[in-house]
Amino acid sequence: MPSAPELLPYQRIREDLFRPLSRVSGRYLLATLIAFIVGAGGLAAWGLQLRRGMGVTGLQRPVFWGIYIVDFVFWIGISHAGTLISAILRLTGAAWRKPVTRAAEAITVFALMIGGMFPIIHLGRAWLFYWLLPYPNSRLLWPNFRSPLLWDLTAIVTYVTGSIIYLYLPLIPDLAQLAEHNTPWRKRLYRTLSLGWTGSDREWHALERAMKLMACIILAVAVSVHTVVAWDFAMALAPMWHSTIFGPYFVTGAIFSGIAALVLAMVIIRKVLGLEAYLTRHHFDRLAKLLLLMSLLWFYFTIAENLTVWYGNEPKEMAVFGARTRAHYAPYFWIMMFLNFVVPFVLLGIRRLRTITGATVASVSVLVGMWLERFVIVVPTLANPRLPAASSFYTPTWVEAAITAATFAAMAMLYMIFAKLFPIIAVWEFKPHPQEEE
Amino acid sequence: MEHRWGMAIDLDRCTGCEACVVACHAENNLPISTPEQAAQGRTTHWIRIDRYYEGEFPDIKVRYMPVLCQHCDNAPCEPVCPTYATYHNQEGLNVQVYNRCVGTFYCANNCPYTVRYFNWFAPEWPEPLALQHNPDVAVRPAGVMEKCTFCIQRIKRAKQDSAAEARPLADGDVQPACVQSCPAEAMVFGDLNDPASKVSRLAQDGRATRLLEELGTKPKVFYLRKG
Repeated sequence: MPSAPELLPYQRIREDLFRPLSRVSGRYLLATLIAFIVGAGGLAAWGLQLRRGMGVTGLQRPVFWGIYIVDFVFWIGISHAGTLISAILRLTGAAWRKPVTRAAEAITVFALMIGGMFPIIHLGRAWLFYWLLPYPNSRLLWPNFRSPLLWDLTAIVTYVTGSIIYLYLPLIPDLAQLAEHNTPWRKRLYRTLSLGWTGSDREWHALERAMKLMACIILAVAVSVHTVVAWDFAMALAPMWHSTIFGPYFVTGAIFSGIAALVLAMVIIRKVLGLEAYLTRHHFDRLAKLLLLMSLLWFYFTIAENLTVWYGNEPKEMAVFGARTRAHYAPYFWIMMFLNFVVPFVLLGIRRLRTITGATVASVSVLVGMWLERFVIVVPTLANPRLPAASSFYTPTWVEAAITAATFAAMAMLYMIFAKLFPIIAVWEFKPHPQEEE
Repeated sequence: MEHRWGMAIDLDRCTGCEACVVACHAENNLPISTPEQAAQGRTTHWIRIDRYYEGEFPDIKVRYMPVLCQHCDNAPCEPVCPTYATYHNQEGLNVQVYNRCVGTFYCANNCPYTVRYFNWFAPEWPEPLALQHNPDVAVRPAGVMEKCTFCIQRIKRAKQDSAAEARPLADGDVQPACVQSCPAEAMVFGDLNDPASKVSRLAQDGRATRLLEELGTKPKVFYLRKG
């Protein structure tokens, strides 16, 4: 393909990709300011919740888990953008991955940081969150490892640690390059972070080996993390939660929404940083096909999950199924089906529509649809408990909405800051092999 | 295990008067909720009267069922708590330790009977109710889960009294507030380990059944069906 970024001269690639780091435009400051205001609003709402109690949310008996848990599953799902896509592509040696991987790996780290906040925001006594950490207290008592929440915390802490290392390793050669010519404070930052990288053969080999190893490890960790998130629900005795399919179903949904987030992030980076030559139609086409595949897989799981419940016709499960598909929560369910299946199927299945614009629209649709999917899983089950006399409805309040909005602002802000400090596309990956240079 | 506390509730005798609910409020320092909070599903009643309607108005029949913590032998709320705030004690009681609770809500989600109640705000009592707190029962702060304890403070008191009088604990020595206040005498509390106790005999009754027994939770509250 003539427009492949691999064919550009290396000198130009370096300039193109390092340029965004040294310029701060008015639009950038405005976007940061908006993100900061929305984020501060969310923090204020959380402050109110901490001061007054969980009563400021819309939670009530029996719906004890609301959109904080929906947000939690959503963000942990988004985090699967990086690790899985980048690790799979790295391990299979797909050459087109080069301009995509770092953007994806950064999404993983930030989405995990945000997602990991929600179990804490959701605690009745959030200031005691450290009682849940898998670490013994002063009397050498461990928390209860029979609780899926403990598995969850263990998995997420492992995943955050792993994905930070996984993002950091391929950054090192770029950091060393950046330390060469720069403003003093940046020079110091990059030199410290590059850990004395000189670019010797030994270092390259070690880095290559470490990245391969981390790719293998992170794949296993990513699958286990979302499985454990699914088990938070599946281990409970509640109708339509207690399902064996939930582990793989959630992992599929996570990768699905992760790819959508990656496409959206790439579209924005491409436009704002002027990287049209690097993130080409070719890349979007490949990712769009992956998104289509995941949409079909997600649809298959959704059918498998709901059809078996409907056919089994067990009263307690049917109460939840009815609430989902015919009663109070039906709009959420059918909009979810439309956004997660119909839209991507049409836009990405028909070749003429599978353009960058088509992929962008489908990605936004999938992101909204997957948020709704988590809502449809979490809330109707709790609203229809086994004793029908206790059933109820749940409507979130402005506090929950403000905190949710703030997390999107936080994601945007973290990502923007990252793109100003580090090249969002790995530069060294385009460096010609020493043999070719001669 | 010296004792294994359990309860029998005769649905044929229950009139749905809710005296048990009021008694429980007074005994266990339960917070009072406003009408708005009640409409929102934020009430705290460790024992509640579930109402099931049969037929159409005006030919309507209401069936009442007092529902409290079933103190399951195989309680689904217990393993899911990461901080051991809810656990089984030596007498088969399902105990809630407020100081350990951080409020993950997981126990409440996993309770098939929906009998766990959360402190959405710091509890408040209008005057003069604030002056009649039971000194034997802790007042729970905002952010923790709570539920029926089978009036564990009364069990302790009865044990102390019998020890002081150097006699074994007799059947009927322990009466939770709800049992004591039931005008129809629909509720009986006692030791399931003692085959001669009233509750043991009622548990063997042909009318005895347990709520959602098919889940394998092994509840210790026996409901006697309408005759």
